Amino acid sequence: MPIPAYATPLERLWRHAFRLVCALVLLFLIAPIIIIIPLSFNAEPYFTFTARMLALDPEGFSLRWYDKLLTFGMQAPEGPRDLAWWLDSWHNARWVQAAKNSAIIGFFATLVATTLGTLAALGLARPDMPWRRTITAILISPMIVPIIITATGLFFFYSMTGLSGSYAGIILAHATLGIPFVIITVTATLTGFDRSLTRAAASLGATPARTFFRITMPLILPGIISGALFAFVTSFDEVVVVLFIAAPDQQTIPRQMWNGIREQISPSILAIATILVVVSILLLTTMELLRRRSERMRGLAPQ
Amino acid sequence: MTGANPGPAAITVDGVPLRVALARAGRRGRLRAFLLVAPLLAFILVSFVVPIGQMLFRSVHNPAFAANMPRITAWFAATRPGTGPDEAAFAALAADLAEAARARTIGVVGTRVNYEMAGTRSLFTATGRKAAGLAPPYAESLPAADRAWADPALWGAMRIASRALGPEFYLAAVDRTRAEDGSIVPVPPDRRIHLALFARTFALSLAITLICLVLGFPVAHLLATLPLRRSNLLMILVLLPFWTSLLVRTTAWIAILQGQGVVNSALVGLGILAEDGRLEMMYNRTGTIVAMLHILLPFVILPLYSVMRSINPSYARAARSLGATSWTTFRRIYLPQTLPGMGAGALLVFILAVGYYITPALVGGASGQLISNMIAFHMQNSLNWSLAAALATLLLVAVLLLYWLYDRLVGIDKMKLG
Repeated sequence: MPIPAYATPLERLWRHAFRLVCALVLLFLIAPIIIIIPLSFNAEPYFTFTARMLALDPEGFSLRWYDKLLTFGMQAPEGPRDLAWWLDSWHNARWVQAAKNSAIIGFFATLVATTLGTLAALGLARPDMPWRRTITAILISPMIVPIIITATGLFFFYSMTGLSGSYAGIILAHATLGIPFVIITVTATLTGFDRSLTRAAASLGATPARTFFRITMPLILPGIISGALFAFVTSFDEVVVVLFIAAPDQQTIPRQMWNGIREQISPSILAIATILVVVSILLLTTMELLRRRSERMRGLAPQ
Repeated sequence: MTGANPGPAAITVDGVPLRVALARAGRRGRLRAFLLVAPLLAFILVSFVVPIGQMLFRSVHNPAFAANMPRITAWFAATRPGTGPDEAAFAALAADLAEAARARTIGVVGTRVNYEMAGTRSLFTATGRKAAGLAPPYAESLPAADRAWADPALWGAMRIASRALGPEFYLAAVDRTRAEDGSIVPVPPDRRIHLALFARTFALSLAITLICLVLGFPVAHLLATLPLRRSNLLMILVLLPFWTSLLVRTTAWIAILQGQGVVNSALVGLGILAEDGRLEMMYNRTGTIVAMLHILLPFVILPLYSVMRSINPSYARAARSLGATSWTTFRRIYLPQTLPGMGAGALLVFILAVGYYITPALVGGASGQLISNMIAFHMQNSLNWSLAAALATLLLVAVLLLYWLYDRLVGIDKMKLG
């Protein structure tokens, strides 16, 4: 918005001050995330920029902390990097194990949350849904209830039912936490959904299932995918429930980070953090592309 | 069509009155909608509502004493509160102690009584080892084993512990206890921690909410008034932190603010701070507030932005053309229109802040701990699960009230992500 011609000098000054404040707040938001990226390439075990790093001396940078992610916990980390070394890393390195666990748990939790959540969102979006408000409130509540309370409740429940320490238990818990995100995103796409399309399909003789898979689903797919991404990120970033109900050997990336931060914080944490930042940049890009696709399909182009 | 139509009822081709057919179709529609939601509802009930219900139950139900000390529990049930122990009571107690020691449950019993009267756990374990060798009359041999068994306060504590169902843990959660006559009194000042912690949690959450509003308002305004292409670009700066792992962001703040971190080193390097004068910005309340602000700020910017986008700029221009100053225009015209966004963002941030756990646990030190951390402490360290459940229930009630308010003011279905 340009400064209008009628603005007084004070207003002009105020406008510049306003821009400065905005820039500072945006810097506050983004700086911590950007700053850990160069720090993770530090050649020294410090959390600050060394003199050699500031001088852009290649000697000051290294990949040692990324290497540590692969070797930490290995039986023979010093050996030559042949097939046996890589197999050793794949089977024994702590961070690799944690990444595998996180991926497995995240995948199945997302699957459960997205399937059940999409079905429910379809029901909630129907005009004749009974008790919509109450049921929506119940289904969204896992997002609102503090995580420590959920973890406490699950701890009691799982120790009674014998689910604690099992993958199934963690997957169920993470699916529960991801469901609100799926419901919110899919319901948001469904509010702009033209119901006459499904009626047209039905009048042309399609069964309800065929109507769903050929008409409804392609149109709400962006919402489903972004809900699934949210659910996956929720599971991939969840540590409190895992701390309460997982077995000691069930490490996940957030749990490993949690331990690392609590015990002795090493720049390896910054290396894994950088990798996760890159992952979130990819996710954000995917979300943006999905949003644009959704707008195009509904004929809403950005102005 | 009105209900007063005197003519014959409309009939469908199948010969069913139209009204019946419509009602049937409506019922079928409602059922179909409900059946779509039913699997998830059942899932949430089992995986979320039941566990929380179980936690609620545990906060008022603790059978540790009653289950392992059946005889003395029966004596307590048969006598009125305040009744002094007779020989029958001492005999029942001795028999229970001996049996609990054999069954190795004496520690559980001692821990339960210890919650009501500090320092009694070792009394139970120590006497439990000798209880089998005691001889009647127990009213003399038990106090001979340890004088504490004649203490009326201990008998009062055991009587409270013998009731499996009761509000004792809620009393503890609000720093109250029972006096010997059964009346409710505050605990000694040095043990009053929970109410102060609740107060600190709410005060910190309120402060963080207000700072979030102050910082988020200009940014949301800027984003809402820029052309869409440019604002989408700047929006990345808000959304990227929103999408980044919580632990990553907390780690980043540790790297930046800790004693040997980026900010301190830069200030020392520039000669502003002396080497031994490094600022303490991490592992205390400052660290908690900064990291929580960073994490919660997007939650206020995003709803504010979507409300501000929909505000028609003509109103502000009209006010200016009618002679209002820019300040009056802002205060009288623009600000009131942003209230729904401010309310939505502030409530959401406050709800999230009140239950915050991870960040205070990692960077809070001692002065930055919140009520969630106390719940975790009782769950994992002191193992007083009933007290943890009682504290969690109080927090849950507060959050659910705010949630209800959010639903009334904003509407849950209006909640948007990104």
